[in-house]
Amino acid sequence: MSGGRWRRVAGAPAPATGLVVMFALFVLAFAGPRLRPWRYDEVDFTAFGAPPSAEHWFGTTQDGRDVYALTLRGMRRSLVIGLLAALGATGAAALVGIVAGLLGGRLDRLLMWVVDLLLALPTFLIILIAAPLLRGRSWLLLVVLIAAALWMITARIVRAVTLSLERREYVVAARLMGASPFAIMCRHIAPHLAALLIIDAALNVGAAVTAEAGLSYLGLGVQPPDSSLGTVLAEGAQSAAGYPWTFGFAAGLLVLTLLAAHLIGDGLCDALDPTSAGRVR
Amino acid sequence: MAAVLPFLLRRAAGHLLLVALAASLCYLLAAACLRPGADFEARHPRPPQQVIDAELSRLGLAADRPLAARYARWAAGVVRGDFGRTADDRAVAAELGRRCRASARLLLPGTVIGAVLGVALGVRGAARRHGPGDRLGTVAAVAVLAIPAFVLATLLQLGAQWINTATGMRIFGYVGEYTPGESGGALAGLGDRLRHLAVPTMTIALGQIALYSRYQRTMLLDALAAGHVRAARARGVPGGTVLRKYALRPTLIPVATFAAYQAGPLLTGMTLTEKVFGWHGMGEWLVDSIARGDVNAVAAIGCCAAVLVLTARLPADLLAAALDPRVRLPPHERMST
Repeated sequence: MSGGRWRRVAGAPAPATGLVVMFALFVLAFAGPRLRPWRYDEVDFTAFGAPPSAEHWFGTTQDGRDVYALTLRGMRRSLVIGLLAALGATGAAALVGIVAGLLGGRLDRLLMWVVDLLLALPTFLIILIAAPLLRGRSWLLLVVLIAAALWMITARIVRAVTLSLERREYVVAARLMGASPFAIMCRHIAPHLAALLIIDAALNVGAAVTAEAGLSYLGLGVQPPDSSLGTVLAEGAQSAAGYPWTFGFAAGLLVLTLLAAHLIGDGLCDALDPTSAGRVR
Repeated sequence: MAAVLPFLLRRAAGHLLLVALAASLCYLLAAACLRPGADFEARHPRPPQQVIDAELSRLGLAADRPLAARYARWAAGVVRGDFGRTADDRAVAAELGRRCRASARLLLPGTVIGAVLGVALGVRGAARRHGPGDRLGTVAAVAVLAIPAFVLATLLQLGAQWINTATGMRIFGYVGEYTPGESGGALAGLGDRLRHLAVPTMTIALGQIALYSRYQRTMLLDALAAGHVRAARARGVPGGTVLRKYALRPTLIPVATFAAYQAGPLLTGMTLTEKVFGWHGMGEWLVDSIARGDVNAVAAIGCCAAVLVLTARLPADLLAAALDPRVRLPPHERMST
């Protein structure tokens, strides 16, 4: 990776803004609850369904719980799930794509056939059907489920890039000098995929957070007593007509998270690819 | 065109095989993950265990039979066009048809409006690049794409509610497909349905507009920078003709392909939209069936989704095959470059 390329990334406004916003959201989710005295499970008997105020920044629910504490608690879980699932999906895509591309033959055909099969079904459907497994189990299983639904398309792209890289002279030279497939994969193929994989991971964070929120909204994702932005929104939607703050703040933070992920992914894509439409003069 | 036919047949056969496999995967996944007995056990009063077991084995869902045997029985039925019975003992196939039509009434207007408006907006944005309209459109599209379907649906529902309250009239319906028990002529019935259709359709359409306008704009900008377009400009071909004939026309193929591959995400959005608006379509049925542990219903919906996702790709394949001779050859006859 040439230095000039990354300097261009640092100078590009969109990914930098996205990174700053994402970092701020993580800080808010993890340190934010300490700013206020109210815990998520405490009930304020003097404020039922109170609008935002100096005491309760995001207002309270109908049964007197602090929306700020509830929302940030949910966001913490959503962010962690999104990040882990995105890393898992991109990692799996890289592994499958490179292995299929490098080793080829029957394994390649089998792996691509599995990818085709999984792409024939809407990925959300697969997660939904498997979701009842989550009852009474850790949220880490949800991470695995979401990651399992997001890796396929990238695996195909990685395989295609690997196939084209594999024919380059330096890779052929390395093979002739007796380098093992593993060494070729780590030293000669993977670094060239770095930009692609970073972009993919950033976009996957958005996709994973969306998937988690949708599932939890339907009651099939994160299970109580645990909570995420999806469960907070599902609860808030019930009372949103009369108490808009129970829904609005969580929705706003969710959209902000997705926007930040999009800015990072899409912005990096534009910054790293000089031919993409954003750069055409 | 003659060479296109074998290609299409090969493609269709491959797709048929994929549908069969995807549906099987769905059944096996559902049978392994769902607990069909839970729904019966949760009823009040709880039926005796013998009754539950008898009911489950009649539905072909008894957990004491091996998964392979259950699958074989289900697959044999599906081949004959029988998708089995739901947990509340109705024919899955009949319910599937009813739900499909309900979903189509929501999905078709939403996607058609969304695709047409989206493409139009994308073309306009690319033609007047960096103009105020283009900047506004880009920001709005990115914002809409960052709003998950259920949040957008809830926000629009709240907006409709607010408008109804503010005007003191029932302008929009936002729960269900029609007002239950409302009598009146056919015209009043139609009006009632339209009032209920407006907001859910807008939810679907907004997402589609954002998606298509972004994609069309990007494709058209790439095309406008291409050599043949600049050459046409240099020859003095009028700007409108350059845009329509030289730049826009070749971009419509990738946009059509893009549309074909959006079927999956569209179904996801539809599921959440239906759930928010209480629309009794496929998506709502899927979520409810999963919650009830209704394996037969879930498998049928999965089968239906696979058919939809893959048939959506056929027109795109046809178009690509008609326009690009390289696509028609089987892989081993293609020249490697």
